[in-house]
Amino acid sequence: MIDRIAGFGRFWLDALERFGRSQLFLARMLGALPSLVPRFGLLVRQLHANGVMTLSIILVSGLFVGMVLALQAYNLLQGFGAEAALGQAVALTLVRELGPVITGLLFAGRAGSAMTAEIGLMKATEQLSGLEMMAVDPFRRVYAPRLFAGFLALPMLAAMFSAVGVMGGYLVGVEVLGVDAGAYWSNMQGSVAFVDDVLKGLLKALVFGLVVSWIAIFEGADCVPTSEGVSAATTRTVVYSSLSVLGLDFLLTAVMF
Amino acid sequence: MSTAHATGIPAAPDVRPGDAPVLVRVRDLHFSRGRKAIFQGLDLDVPRGRITTILGPSGTGKTTLLKMIGGQLKPSSGHIEVDGQNVSTLGRGPLYALRKRMGMLFQSGALLTDLSVFDNVAFPLREHTDLPESLISHLVLMRLHAVGLRGARDLYPAELSGGMARRAALARALVFDPMMIMYDEPFTGQDPISMGVLLELIRTVNSALGLTSLIVSHDLAEALSISDHVVIISEGVVVETGSPAELRASPSEWTQQFLNGRPDGPVPFQLPASDYEAELLGTRTGKGGSR
Repeated sequence: MIDRIAGFGRFWLDALERFGRSQLFLARMLGALPSLVPRFGLLVRQLHANGVMTLSIILVSGLFVGMVLALQAYNLLQGFGAEAALGQAVALTLVRELGPVITGLLFAGRAGSAMTAEIGLMKATEQLSGLEMMAVDPFRRVYAPRLFAGFLALPMLAAMFSAVGVMGGYLVGVEVLGVDAGAYWSNMQGSVAFVDDVLKGLLKALVFGLVVSWIAIFEGADCVPTSEGVSAATTRTVVYSSLSVLGLDFLLTAVMF
Repeated sequence: MSTAHATGIPAAPDVRPGDAPVLVRVRDLHFSRGRKAIFQGLDLDVPRGRITTILGPSGTGKTTLLKMIGGQLKPSSGHIEVDGQNVSTLGRGPLYALRKRMGMLFQSGALLTDLSVFDNVAFPLREHTDLPESLISHLVLMRLHAVGLRGARDLYPAELSGGMARRAALARALVFDPMMIMYDEPFTGQDPISMGVLLELIRTVNSALGLTSLIVSHDLAEALSISDHVVIISEGVVVETGSPAELRASPSEWTQQFLNGRPDGPVPFQLPASDYEAELLGTRTGKGGSR
């Protein structure tokens, strides 16, 4: 019994210690951000690897989510004779919630896991130690470009997810189910506010981009440098990032909307 | 030759730096991993301009020692001095300045996998200097030519054999004209030709460029064939130092067991255990045994 209690305490102490270390790690990454100014090429490469390469899955997912959303919302609104509000329902749901959240989850699964695996393998193959021995700070050369790229990429991806989702909703709602196209667009225009809806949704995506990238980079840098360790770190990245996105979404929604 | 080990139990080290001035000085080094003590008062001198090899059984902390000399790990206590600077107390700026004068060849080569061989070798120059690309190209090609890899300049690390990767890493370590190079197990897993190439390169580079080389290795014959100075460490301390010839003539049973790879001796084949006969006859029970 005593052993179990001690084990429980040790688990939480270890978890707290790791959380503290991850915060110090984040502080060092943020401190290294100014070094990106003369290394703009590194940022562009990471934007391509983590943003552009994630674009296809974001666009396809956005299209289908918008289409399903239109179907479900149409069935619901039809009961009240309010099919004309379909555009408003689709757009608000995408811009405020589903756009940032699903983009965050997809980004964690696609780009976050790739970042962890890449950094973990760099650690396992002594590339990070090699950089340090060449007097090159991995925080400046490896971590900071990835953090900032994730921070920038996720809002752009979320915006594209929502835009494509609105188009998907239009395809199903207007072209298939017969909602009036003018009503679809005008209701959307009248009800979606740029600052209160669009910008707040993008702010969520910025936060998700920072948190997912932070978790992914830290897990890679902190992993046990073996194939098993890299695999476990990649799994942790997806799990922790997904839970963080969902938890933070609730908090941000409660505060902002 | 100095001997500090006669019966298998490490005694107080007696380190002799040799005639050359000392580049790396380690004094009373203590370091632990968890509850396991890696170093327990290790003293070591690396003479300048020589090839020094550190030998010792697996798990004695040879690679850890290289990382501590490079400032990647900090000791629990003790003093590590490289070219007059105490590595363990240096801030990041001075430490990085010192590292620019130290090269390290990792066991895996540690080449950046997203860069070609040429770009890997050019990497330190591009990071730390504003040299024009034409000059960088000349410097890189000279280093690649020196290690015989000018023809592999456009290959990526995944396309190189283990020996070629280490030669490319050596070219990268040399490109900044360091004062010393540390080699972590440079001969492991090499075929005879690659081994011969690496041995020749280490020897030639050391004498031609006036470097100090510090090698950590398990490959006794190869390491001893190019070393001027050998240090054997075991159980956290230096147990013997000297030239290869002096070590071969050492009266220490421990050293002879290590150098000749004898399975039994001061380092016993059998781990300490209870009486064998008594255990077989059942007069003593272990876990799950019966009386």
